[in-house]
Amino acid sequence: MRKLRHRFLVPMVAVSALALGLTACGSGGGAPASSGAASQPAEKIKLTVGLFSDFHYAPLYEEFKKTHPNVEIVERRAQFNDHHTNLITQLTTGAGAADVVAIEGGYIGSFTPVPDKFYNLKDYGLGKRESEYLPWKWKLGVSNDGTSLIGIGTDVGGLAMCYRPDLFKKAGLPADRDEVSALWPTWDAYIETGKKFVAAKVEGAKFTDGAGEHFRAMVEQAPVGFYDAQYNIVAGTNPEVRKAYDMGIKMIDSGLSANLLAFSPPWNTGIAKGTFATMVCPAWKTGTIKDQKPGEGTWDIAAVPGGGGNQGGTHLALPKQGKHPKEAAELIDLLTNKESQIKLFTEASALPSLPELYDDPAVKDYVNPYFGNAPIGKIFTDAAKALQPQPAGPKAGDVLQAFNNGLQRVDQGKQNAEEAWAQVLKDVSRIK
Amino acid sequence: MATRAPDRMAAVPPKRPVRPRRRLHRHLAYQLDVKGSPYAYVAPFFLLFSAFGLFPLAYTAWVSLHEWTLLSDEQTFIGLDNFRTLLADDYFWNATFNTLSIGVLSTAPQLLLAIWLAHLLNRPLRAQTFFRITLLLPNVTSVVAVVVIFSQLFGRDFGMINWVLSLFGVEGVAWNEGVLTSHAAISTMIMWRWTGYNALIFLAAMQAVPRELYEAATIDGANGLTQLRKITIPMIKPTIIFVVITSTIGAMQVLAEPLLFGSYSITGGADRQYQTLSLFIYENFTKLDFGFASAISWMMFLFIVLVAGVNYLFTRRGKGGLT
Repeated sequence: MRKLRHRFLVPMVAVSALALGLTACGSGGGAPASSGAASQPAEKIKLTVGLFSDFHYAPLYEEFKKTHPNVEIVERRAQFNDHHTNLITQLTTGAGAADVVAIEGGYIGSFTPVPDKFYNLKDYGLGKRESEYLPWKWKLGVSNDGTSLIGIGTDVGGLAMCYRPDLFKKAGLPADRDEVSALWPTWDAYIETGKKFVAAKVEGAKFTDGAGEHFRAMVEQAPVGFYDAQYNIVAGTNPEVRKAYDMGIKMIDSGLSANLLAFSPPWNTGIAKGTFATMVCPAWKTGTIKDQKPGEGTWDIAAVPGGGGNQGGTHLALPKQGKHPKEAAELIDLLTNKESQIKLFTEASALPSLPELYDDPAVKDYVNPYFGNAPIGKIFTDAAKALQPQPAGPKAGDVLQAFNNGLQRVDQGKQNAEEAWAQVLKDVSRIK
Repeated sequence: MATRAPDRMAAVPPKRPVRPRRRLHRHLAYQLDVKGSPYAYVAPFFLLFSAFGLFPLAYTAWVSLHEWTLLSDEQTFIGLDNFRTLLADDYFWNATFNTLSIGVLSTAPQLLLAIWLAHLLNRPLRAQTFFRITLLLPNVTSVVAVVVIFSQLFGRDFGMINWVLSLFGVEGVAWNEGVLTSHAAISTMIMWRWTGYNALIFLAAMQAVPRELYEAATIDGANGLTQLRKITIPMIKPTIIFVVITSTIGAMQVLAEPLLFGSYSITGGADRQYQTLSLFIYENFTKLDFGFASAISWMMFLFIVLVAGVNYLFTRRGKGGLT
């Protein structure tokens, strides 16, 4: 999940929007009998596709139109957070949602509890594609009650560890990516490496940016994270979460953390200036790094400790409000099929969610020159393959925020580990 | 609505001459025009205000009495429970304290500075327009740009302010971590944006003060500062009251500065050290806990009325004017 929260609206605006919208709750659209059998080519229809950035779908739309000359496709884009909160509003008020909507991994858990707001994709023949998908990716799109398939996966955000070879050399550590990956099969080994880095006293550099992203990666590697299989919040009692938290505290106590909040301006500067040597790196974060212009080859990519991981990645879903579910389902089938996913990987670096493609030369042999010719295709897909499914709850983002704040309070020296933990649990208990 | 239909029915016998009737009509039309038109002219504003101001206000009150989250279709009426939870909530009082603290830290120096700047500009100067426009420039800059730049200036590792401080032997202040330091940083941003704007309002008021008063004072031997204190400030008191109230309301609603300063952290720092009331509302809205968020909105509304009222009385009671 991208963490940027660009959205800030004056509360009153939110209130009025809410007030205006909530008149028509509950009437979920009620499927206006779509003109049934063998689609008449004469009937012109329009499909809207709601996305939160450029997914590079334009050539695929053209392809779709070859078989569906009567369909016109209009793409709407909104800013990331706006897109998802708008969607929630549109579903609640029963109007305004696009025929096809993108839902990102950080938000999908908010929609799986309400399958009645979406068409069941199994009714449109998409259920048979389950075998093609990464199991955890497929499961994210299934409703909480297990009856309905609300979303079908597009890309995934495989996890790696980005590091700076120059700082590693200064600290007397190996700088080659395979040797670096071998340094930390586990998070414990990662911390031990960090301690060596600290002992080498590299001027002006810490071992890593902060503990929050590491904590998140550790939690997501566990079989159960913040939510149990019945979608109850178990963050406070799950020993895996406590283990990840203690690991984060250990990183802080060992002096590994530069105490920088990911995506804050000083963090951005730190990427360019090298104030920290490693950071947890989903596939899309390579773009973030590049934006700070640290220079070619400054950052390199190694495997993530603990084996596998994912952050982000998207599903496509069909809100019940749409009038042409059949055509829309055919469209998302095309957008997510093997040929399309390969094209999107080469054109938009969107990591495929179909493991069969990971052995495709286009993915396997892809290297990124900006990161010292790192075999990005292989590193990130290995991570995505190794991940096990985990129940994603509706408020996982809020829970994570509470833990991040707790770790930061310790990092800033405001609280000790136990005080921070107690406050985190209090914050989590407030999340409904 | 009641109509005048019965009247017309009564006027069945068409014996009488029509003229007085027509005159009556004309008279009524005239009356309607004179009495009614002003309402028609202001109606668009009030219609819009009702739709986008009054109605949301009332509706927020209604929502605040419910357990109301967006994704569930049921909203249960819980009376004043949200308010009860709110008043017992540490985070609410923390946000209230932060709002007041940032409000005082930004508003008080800002208004003093604005009066002083206006006083300096209220004399024959070359290139007056240039100076006045310069004053307004920080205000036309986007708040996002201002906060992004200031966040860089207040950076811990590479910030310019820390660099200057390091010349005096103060090292690595983490501005966003402490309560006071973060409030000071946010107040600086607010002052940067609004001081010039308020100075211009004061300047406009000062130019309406009769010159003779100053001339007489000069003859009596009063210096610049005395003139400012004894003539200017009492004479522009209505403007000061206005500016104090608008600034207070503005300060109570601060949202963008702390949100952006914390890199979109809706809790206003890991320890909520600079979470203002608006940000607290925003946090609960993004959690889709609308009932609770609406309750905070209403509390904030009451606070603003209260603080603005207190400020009004306070500034009005201040030293008597000349007039």
